[in-house]
Amino acid sequence: MLRDAVLVAGKDLRLEVRTRVGLGQVLPFAVLVLVLFGFALDPDRGILDAATPGLFWVTVLFSAVLAVQRAFAVESAEGVRDALRLTSLAPGGVFLGKAAAIAVQLLVLEVALGVGVVVLYGADPAGWALLVGTAVPATAGIAAAGSLYGVLAVGLRVRETLVPLLLLPVLAPVLLASTRAFEAALDGSPADGWPWAGLLALFAVVYLGCGIGLYGTLLEES
Amino acid sequence: MLGVIVLAGTAVTLWLSFVATPADAVQGEAVRLLYVHVPSVTVAYVACGITFVASGMWLWKRTEWWDLVGSSAAEIASVFTAVTLLSGMVWGQATWGTAWEWDPRLTSTLFLFLLLVGYQALRAASPDRSSRARRSAVVGLLLVPNIVIVNRSVQWWRSLHQDATLFRTDLDFRIEGLMLFTWVFATAVGLVLLAWLLMHRFRIGWLANRVEERRLGDALTARRAEATS
Amino acid sequence: MASVIHFRDVVAVLGGFPALAGVDLDVDAGELVALAGPNGAGKTTVLRVCAGLVPVVSGTAEVLGFNLTSQGRQVRSRVGLLGPSGGLYEDLTVADNLRFFGRASGVDDVDTTAAARRFGLTGRLSTTRVAQLSTGQRRRVALAALVARRAELWLLDEPHAGLDAAGRDLLDEVIVGACAAGATVVLASHELDRTEALRCRHVNLAGGTTGGATGPSQARDPDGERDPEGERGPESERGPDQERGPGVHGAA
Repeated sequence: MLRDAVLVAGKDLRLEVRTRVGLGQVLPFAVLVLVLFGFALDPDRGILDAATPGLFWVTVLFSAVLAVQRAFAVESAEGVRDALRLTSLAPGGVFLGKAAAIAVQLLVLEVALGVGVVVLYGADPAGWALLVGTAVPATAGIAAAGSLYGVLAVGLRVRETLVPLLLLPVLAPVLLASTRAFEAALDGSPADGWPWAGLLALFAVVYLGCGIGLYGTLLEES
Repeated sequence: MLGVIVLAGTAVTLWLSFVATPADAVQGEAVRLLYVHVPSVTVAYVACGITFVASGMWLWKRTEWWDLVGSSAAEIASVFTAVTLLSGMVWGQATWGTAWEWDPRLTSTLFLFLLLVGYQALRAASPDRSSRARRSAVVGLLLVPNIVIVNRSVQWWRSLHQDATLFRTDLDFRIEGLMLFTWVFATAVGLVLLAWLLMHRFRIGWLANRVEERRLGDALTARRAEATS
Repeated sequence: MASVIHFRDVVAVLGGFPALAGVDLDVDAGELVALAGPNGAGKTTVLRVCAGLVPVVSGTAEVLGFNLTSQGRQVRSRVGLLGPSGGLYEDLTVADNLRFFGRASGVDDVDTTAAARRFGLTGRLSTTRVAQLSTGQRRRVALAALVARRAELWLLDEPHAGLDAAGRDLLDEVIVGACAAGATVVLASHELDRTEALRCRHVNLAGGTTGGATGPSQARDPDGERDPEGERGPESERGPDQERGPGVHGAA
């Protein structure tokens, strides 16, 4: 299963290297959202300062929806779905591979967005251990849930609109937890943030487990 | 039969909640809304539980029966969740002076509603029966873990921000005697109503499937006629 | 002779439309069968049902000894399907595509390379993105992927479409070679001259059925003679050649 996961993730990342959709479209979109928040919340009044962790994660969430859409648009192409189902890949491996590729792209995006909030919002990063300890499980959870709900909509005519509707309510706790943890890290009180990081890890584990268990059912369909 | 019980039960509930029970000392007449609010949230959660179990059973047994039970219960759950939200907001307006409070229970009920809307949308978007059953069973199975995670995180979030809450999370009045009875009675009526609705929704779904099959049968005949013409 | 495909009154539904309305079909191991019939007759669906990609609504369907109603998934890794669109990632190069689908089907990279070479997919072409290829070139890539996976049952949907003369001859050579090595080939085609040259057994489809009241044996094209038994290796008697793949080396 892990071998299949590596194969699928490698294929997806290679696709990204060749097309640069993530780097050339999703990332600029994320930066654009940051700028738009700046316009909406007026940087001089201190609202941005207080809201930085939340805005950061809302931006990550929206970008994640785009990344998930892209990851499954590739597999929805005519004939590709058939070809993929005719391989002997383990469904759990396909799930882990898709999730891993999405996670890698999101981590790169988060680093870039981190630089973005420092430059644009004047955020002062602190509590690095907690920041990383939050971002990693949060990303794993987003990627796992995204891969699970992304494949649910493959082959439907309303795929583009259905994925956000299914995915965003599910990811709401991730937004909540990662925002609280980032706030704690930036406030210099990391002890308040670690329980939230724990919740994120739990979320990631639940969704990775569900994905491995349920992907077979979803892939067998016509 | 169940329909008659529901009708009679509803009449008794109305009488109990509007005539027999007194207005609350703190909340005034608004307390009567809770006789709708609390039973409907109970029914909604029970229906979600049914969807969860039925989805799991579908993944195991793969029968039309479990698919219909799961989807019928989800539909009913979304109606009762909407009733819960609306009655909660009206009650909030009357008691707290604001329709929406970021109360953990209200917030997670809103998310439950959104999750159910997603389930409904997925079912509506799936073209054929087997793929509809398969996809919605997966979403139905994830419904309970999702609502548990949402509930926990929201509860935790609000408890960290005590200052933001206008009221204590436990209901600020005593339940006694007739009020308690009314409450329990209304919940029981709600559950019978759930069973009744579930039966009928199931029957509609079942008949819709039969209609679909008959249509398919006609299409098959037409298709075979193509061959000989 | 072992039966590879055994269909009795198979009905398959696509989005509420009965694409197959009762198909009877029997194919033995090593046979070369051509499905003929007008557009919309259900040829493609028959192939996809055989591959375990479309569920069987009613009737009996067995492929390679697996009951498709309950074991459809087991069939998938043992068949090769050449669809009209090829099933390739547009933004990956030819070599990337072949390597991915090869590895995903448990094929050694060496065999993939050999198959690619056979279809002339070397040099500059192998580092070209699929999106930039012509229809015929894509078909060659898809064929190479199919040959490399050494399927027991080959399902070819309009395999000749879009190929140039050399490509068509190569394809025919590959098909004959695959049969000689023990694989079974079912192809859907409008090009009767081609299928007749291949000495296919013809099965006519119309309106999602195999010729109304007439059974499958009567549905055979009178002109299409069956191959003499001697030319095909029965499945049970696969020689060592089979171990190296019917497609890659079979026709040599």
